[in-house]
Amino acid sequence: MPLGSNRPQIVLLGVNHKTAPVEVREHLALRENNPPALRLFAGLPLCEEVVFLSTCNRVEVLVSTNHLNGVKRSIKELWLKRGGVDPDTLQRSLYEYEGTEAIKHLFRVASSLDSMVVGEPQILGQLKDAYSRALKEKTAGLVLNRLLRKAFSVAKRVRTETRIASQAVSISYAAVELAKKIFGDLKGKSAMLIGAGEMAELAAQHLITNGVNKLVVANRTLSRAVKLARSLGGTAISLEEMEDALVDADIVISSTGAPGIILKKDQVKRIMRPRHHRLLFFIDIAVPRDIDPGVHDLDNVYLYDIDDLKGIIEFNKAERKKEAIKADRMVEAEVIKFVGWMETLSVVPVIQFLQKKAEAIRQKELSRSHRAIESLSDEQQKALDVLTRSMMQKILHDPIICLKREVQDKDGEVILDATRRLFGMNGFDDKT
Amino acid sequence: MHNFLFQIAVLIYFVSTIGFLVQVITLRKDVERIATIFLCVGFGLHTAALLTRWLAGEHPPFVNLYDSLSFLAWAMVGLFLLFQWQHKLKSFGAFVVPLAMLVMTASSLQSKAIVPLPPSLKSIWLPIHAIICLSADAIFALASCIAIMFLIQERQIKNKRLGAVFQRLPSLETLDIMNRRCLTLGFPLLTLGIITGSIWAEEAWGSYWSWDPKETWSLITWFIYAALLHQRLTVGWRGRKAAIMTLVGFAVLVFTFLGVSLLFSGAHSYATWFK
Repeated sequence: MPLGSNRPQIVLLGVNHKTAPVEVREHLALRENNPPALRLFAGLPLCEEVVFLSTCNRVEVLVSTNHLNGVKRSIKELWLKRGGVDPDTLQRSLYEYEGTEAIKHLFRVASSLDSMVVGEPQILGQLKDAYSRALKEKTAGLVLNRLLRKAFSVAKRVRTETRIASQAVSISYAAVELAKKIFGDLKGKSAMLIGAGEMAELAAQHLITNGVNKLVVANRTLSRAVKLARSLGGTAISLEEMEDALVDADIVISSTGAPGIILKKDQVKRIMRPRHHRLLFFIDIAVPRDIDPGVHDLDNVYLYDIDDLKGIIEFNKAERKKEAIKADRMVEAEVIKFVGWMETLSVVPVIQFLQKKAEAIRQKELSRSHRAIESLSDEQQKALDVLTRSMMQKILHDPIICLKREVQDKDGEVILDATRRLFGMNGFDDKT
Repeated sequence: MHNFLFQIAVLIYFVSTIGFLVQVITLRKDVERIATIFLCVGFGLHTAALLTRWLAGEHPPFVNLYDSLSFLAWAMVGLFLLFQWQHKLKSFGAFVVPLAMLVMTASSLQSKAIVPLPPSLKSIWLPIHAIICLSADAIFALASCIAIMFLIQERQIKNKRLGAVFQRLPSLETLDIMNRRCLTLGFPLLTLGIITGSIWAEEAWGSYWSWDPKETWSLITWFIYAALLHQRLTVGWRGRKAAIMTLVGFAVLVFTFLGVSLLFSGAHSYATWFK
């Protein structure tokens, strides 16, 4: 493209959990490096703006540059030199996106459409951190500032307008979601673990972060119960005391390795009266099951076993896939808008705009004085036309020369942006 | 004038009803906001309609079925708005507003003539008794909407069907707490309504209690709600049983309100008074 070097281009190079194993990602993250990775990339000769994102699932460098190929080469060289990976591995794992593709990839990453668990919320925070580091190091400028802010707003839209993140896709999350649908607010609720399995521990942690403030751990071997209770901030009891403890529990997670049922329907029925029939939610993630399936028939008692939870998760995953399609559509639309803005960064349309605007003003003013001009002779009219035209051209001459020259410099976008704002090139500029 | 205002209010309530139904399907927040704004405007006009009617007649507008239904709908909408302002119960509007709309429609089909009141009934107790009773009815109507929501949600969770309906309804415990709140507010009002009614009866007819069908059925309603409240507070009846009892109570209440008035003749009967 003829004026390509005048226009900043966006490049994104990186690896993620799909393209590279964890060892490669670790190396490319350049974590132990001094100076830090961001400064290294920013120091590359043709990189005008840089944001460096490194999470456990991906390492990406986002660059705005006027010299696409040179920058790509120097980034790869840097990785080879500092990261200690061989060229073949790098070439195999690396994806390289330019322009529209790069923007789209970034928007998808921000919206958690490219994540291992689609819809997981952490990535947006990680991207925000990466951006604020770039702001602190002053490596992000006009283009990346706008791109990242746009990415955040797209992510927010995807989050609020699709249900991509609204449903649980892990056992422990599903359990918490269900508990919320039964109890509403989990603040002040108490939970009980029967058996001290790992998954139960995870679910208990989720419950605690969601407001459950009382936890009892019942286990066959008391020492294990004591240990787990201590780490989660609860109390330990033996299995024999379980029935009494059930009177105060709201959410019970059972995961023992017992060969058969350890909690019978009659036992649960007995405790409902002293409980004043408060709602009781059992989550049985043990195989074979710990809790008599019959308790689900009791009033105000709800029992979900591992298969029920898996069913919910499968259903939610399918829902997420459907929502992801919707989200992708939203991303596409935003990419088109952003590309439109990028195009205005090129000097050509700005100059054309200035000339068109001047000409439009000239025509308008001439037609306003239409009556007076008509009475002039043809020659006089012609002279007037030449006069006004050359006035406009003279006025615009220096700004246009200046634009053409300055735009080659490092801060070229700044003067373009200023020009657009000075001359009210608003049609090209959406502030959303 | 009051009639015109009333008709406009009906129209706006209708738009709001559609809004709340659309909201519960699409889950769009802006639709809910618009529906609520419409409801507020409708409520304002309805209030104006009630006031102008009060001023137009020489007695408070609590005499015929049109009046009662209109005030009932008004109280339901008002309490709903107040309730949502406080609690923001998910999807509640899609249950209450259509019901209020139904009551409004029923009201608009009644005769709107302002009829003279027998002098024996002209008393300050007329508005007091009527407002208290109808407000209690409105609260119980809200309570039964909550009970229906509870029963639907409870079925979803019991049957492990966690789809669209499940997502749209609030949690069981929230619904149960709201049910209790309505009961503990509605029951004292109902009690007060019966007491003020009997004071008024003494003033008008010289007897506190004369086993008129309305009185009898009111007492039955009162006993049902009293039993429910007692069970809730002492034994801890809650959840499904409480929800079902709330609905039973409301069914009897509706019969007391409409059935008795239309079927039997007596002091409260709209059927005989204005023939």
